[in-house]
Amino acid sequence: MRGLGKYLLWVYAGLVMMFLLIPIVYTIVFSFNDSRRTNIVWRGFTFDNWLTVCNAQDVCSAFGNSVLIAGVSTVLATAMGTAIAIALVRYRFRFRQATTLLLFLPMATPEVVLGAGLAAQFLQIGAQKGLVTIIIAHTMFCISFVVVTVRARVAVLDPALEEAGRDLYGSPFQVFWRVTFPLLLPGITAAALLSFALSFDDFIITNFNAGPEMTFPRFVYTAAARGIPAEANVIASAVFFAAIALVLVSQVRAALKRRRLAIS
Amino acid sequence: MAFGAFQSSAPPGAPVASAQVQRKSPVALWLLLPGVLYLVLFFVTPLFSLVITSFEEPVPGGFMGEFQTGFRWENYVEVVSTYFSHIGRSFLYASLATIFALLLGYPIAYVIGVKLRRYPLAQALSLVLLIAPFFISFLLRTLAWKQIFSDEGFVVATLKTFQLIPSDAYLTGTPFSVVFGLTYMFLPFMALPIYTTLEKLDLRFVEAGGDLYANPFTVFRKITFPLSLPGVISGTLLTFIPATGDYINASRDFLGATDTAMMGNVIEANFLVLQNFPAAAALSLILMASILVLVTIYTRRSGTDELL
Amino acid sequence: MGSESSAKQFAEAGADLSLVGVSKRFPGFTAIDDLTLKVPAGSFFALLGPSGCGKTTTLRLVAGLEEPTEGKILIGEKDVTDTKAYQRPVNTVFQSYALFPHMTIFENVLFGLKRRKIRDADKLATDALALVELAHVAHRKPAQLSGGQQQRVALARAVVNRPALLLLDEPLGALDLKLRRQMQLELKDIQSEVGLTFLHVTHDQEEAMTMADTVAVMNEGRIEQMGAPEELYESPKTVFVATFLGQSNLFVGTVSGSGSEVITVSASGNELRVPVERAVAHRGEVTVGIRPEKVSLHVTKPTLTASQTMIGPGHVTDASFSGVSTQYLVEVPGLGEITVFAQNMSRGDHARLGDEVYLSWDIEHAFGLADAPPPSARFVSDTDTASVAVQEREKLEAELGEF
Repeated sequence: MRGLGKYLLWVYAGLVMMFLLIPIVYTIVFSFNDSRRTNIVWRGFTFDNWLTVCNAQDVCSAFGNSVLIAGVSTVLATAMGTAIAIALVRYRFRFRQATTLLLFLPMATPEVVLGAGLAAQFLQIGAQKGLVTIIIAHTMFCISFVVVTVRARVAVLDPALEEAGRDLYGSPFQVFWRVTFPLLLPGITAAALLSFALSFDDFIITNFNAGPEMTFPRFVYTAAARGIPAEANVIASAVFFAAIALVLVSQVRAALKRRRLAIS
Repeated sequence: MAFGAFQSSAPPGAPVASAQVQRKSPVALWLLLPGVLYLVLFFVTPLFSLVITSFEEPVPGGFMGEFQTGFRWENYVEVVSTYFSHIGRSFLYASLATIFALLLGYPIAYVIGVKLRRYPLAQALSLVLLIAPFFISFLLRTLAWKQIFSDEGFVVATLKTFQLIPSDAYLTGTPFSVVFGLTYMFLPFMALPIYTTLEKLDLRFVEAGGDLYANPFTVFRKITFPLSLPGVISGTLLTFIPATGDYINASRDFLGATDTAMMGNVIEANFLVLQNFPAAAALSLILMASILVLVTIYTRRSGTDELL
Repeated sequence: MGSESSAKQFAEAGADLSLVGVSKRFPGFTAIDDLTLKVPAGSFFALLGPSGCGKTTTLRLVAGLEEPTEGKILIGEKDVTDTKAYQRPVNTVFQSYALFPHMTIFENVLFGLKRRKIRDADKLATDALALVELAHVAHRKPAQLSGGQQQRVALARAVVNRPALLLLDEPLGALDLKLRRQMQLELKDIQSEVGLTFLHVTHDQEEAMTMADTVAVMNEGRIEQMGAPEELYESPKTVFVATFLGQSNLFVGTVSGSGSEVITVSASGNELRVPVERAVAHRGEVTVGIRPEKVSLHVTKPTLTASQTMIGPGHVTDASFSGVSTQYLVEVPGLGEITVFAQNMSRGDHARLGDEVYLSWDIEHAFGLADAPPPSARFVSDTDTASVAVQEREKLEAELGEF
């Protein structure tokens, strides 16, 4: 009886893991489907979709828009978010509670509300919806996530290091650039990647605030009714592999670095 | 969400951080100003826009989509009476999805965070697999389930062969598929926070429990679960809140049908299609208010204050 | 601009440090209260005190990492109170070393030189590393060095800038005994070789006394007494100094007579004499103290010379043999438990538990203090980690005991 119970947990966890991965495998597999316009029934294995991915209807331009929007939003959100994170940890200021609440609320608000709110505002001021409004929206909801991520990193940064920098004749800018920033870089990078991923994959807020331009998720949504081309699967799979590769590379590098420091 | 967000360890070789002495300096203002101003402009003000919009009234004799500022509080009444079932359905589906996500997510978080501690490579690999879903568009993942559950798919065919479901039944477009989709989508959001708290769990507490004659079930109930509560709370909030407002899963093109429509679908329809902005705004605010109320009650009773 | 240029050049030699009426208040408590201090150029000065006494805060004020609420700070006659840390010709060796983990040892040592755009920085850095005998690890990262090596790098990184004043914040705390002794000697050598003014902050009295020319004992934001180590030890002026530096036997009594050379204090029926110049107060209630190693133990009533005092008889309540000496606790009626350190001059010459003994000492070793020792707490608060762990376990047991 004891033996059975011991394995139950592992089996259960394994099943859950499989459950998580099924749609991923499905999507990747169907990127190789020899489909015509729709990609519902399996017709045969082919590399064609991968080789001629941009032939399909506007998938690549949608992808390009998504990358552009994600890039710009990431830069803006990471810059503003990092500054806030440093201020939160290192400095005393009034209205700390209010600031923390302001940062937390976007993460707690459902996307429909965020999207509808911004759209309502753009409507009221008569702004034209387009790439710019999408970028504004994405930057907004990414800031909070950047703050949370970087803040964790700033909190473990020994303040004595910055003090040593000041003690050794570093002006405030020099201390930031040569001491604080390099040490925060892993956290800032993680925040930037998180922000990029959130922006790239966002649909709901984008849908409310977009003009005629397509982003990749919007493309998928509007194509869902009539059938999504396999090329969309190709792009999604490519992004997936790139992301996994990135994570694996960073993990391997970290492990090698640990080993190198331990040996010598 | 990216891997790095959940890594809590300090880099190797770093000195232990001494007590944080916070300085008072004008620099803080310059650091805070851009981000705070941005959020006030593009988060706080839109909420006010929503409030104003929700009270607007149609321009007499105007086109569809033309509204003027007013104080038509009847908007709220109309919206609640028309969409009452949608509101209820949203909270029902979201609650079910949260419960299922907890039942599925806790064990896997436990296995990765506690059981795999002795095998750091397997632990890292499992963690990557846990967050892998984030790297593929969630729309495509949801569509994948739609196709897997479609009438032509092998799941439905198998179930019908074994006569587990009636021959004219369908799986897509049902409350089952919507809740299934929601559970699937938010499972990592539930599992990851639980993982981060379990990962830090000092196993000596578990050992102490065993040493003091508690069986494994009691140890879990009295020691492990209470200690993992902060993670459970974060996970629950991170799952429930977005789930109530989701409209992808319940959308007709994905896993839903017209009779499974949730609040999100209705808000989207009113805003983008019907151009009934006041209705959409009113609904959004009702959604937001209910969530805030529920969250406040929930966190008060469970006692967390470290939200960020 | 003047203070900036002084930071840009090397100090010719160490400079004077003066703190005048300095106070530092934080929201909720006062760390330093009206401190006035002068450290002469080229000396090795130690700030000694228990944790929380304000010594680290003083150091940070001198370094420029904090601003004083009141008062002035002068380095070599120049008022630096309003200058920032990077403008002062002062360098710090931090308690945690604070070596930049993302730079090599060499880059760490170069840092200060580069910021001031000193010429031949590379050569100076190499020389500094040679001084601490770590030239061979210049290309490594701090995480790859041992604690002792990191400490030496921190020292090199500070010293290479030839500051007018070098501040050391308990730099030897993390080292083991042998290494600490070694570093103490090295620090002293470097200081005399380079001629800098050192300000060393520590809670370790042995460290302060072996290394410093002048020691200031700090308690609760104030300096209790300042002077050469021997002077502080042999002639303490307050109860805190008498008990923080080494141990003291203290007797509270009233002055019953005072002459030109000696005052007599009556404590529980015993007449104790203290030389006039060694007594802070000559009237009223006074505390007389004597160091345990200055007390002689006699098994039979001794004959005294004019310069000796005797108390007793008392009986031995504890005797601990520890090689070099034997520590006795002697209960004397009216005066309490007296500690005696008797050097083991010959074998077998020890008093045993319960023996009736007499205690005597030379009057010139006694000192008179103005304040009285605080009444000892009846119940020690149960807040250390061991007792908290026990309490938590008891709670857990109670909960699980239901099953």
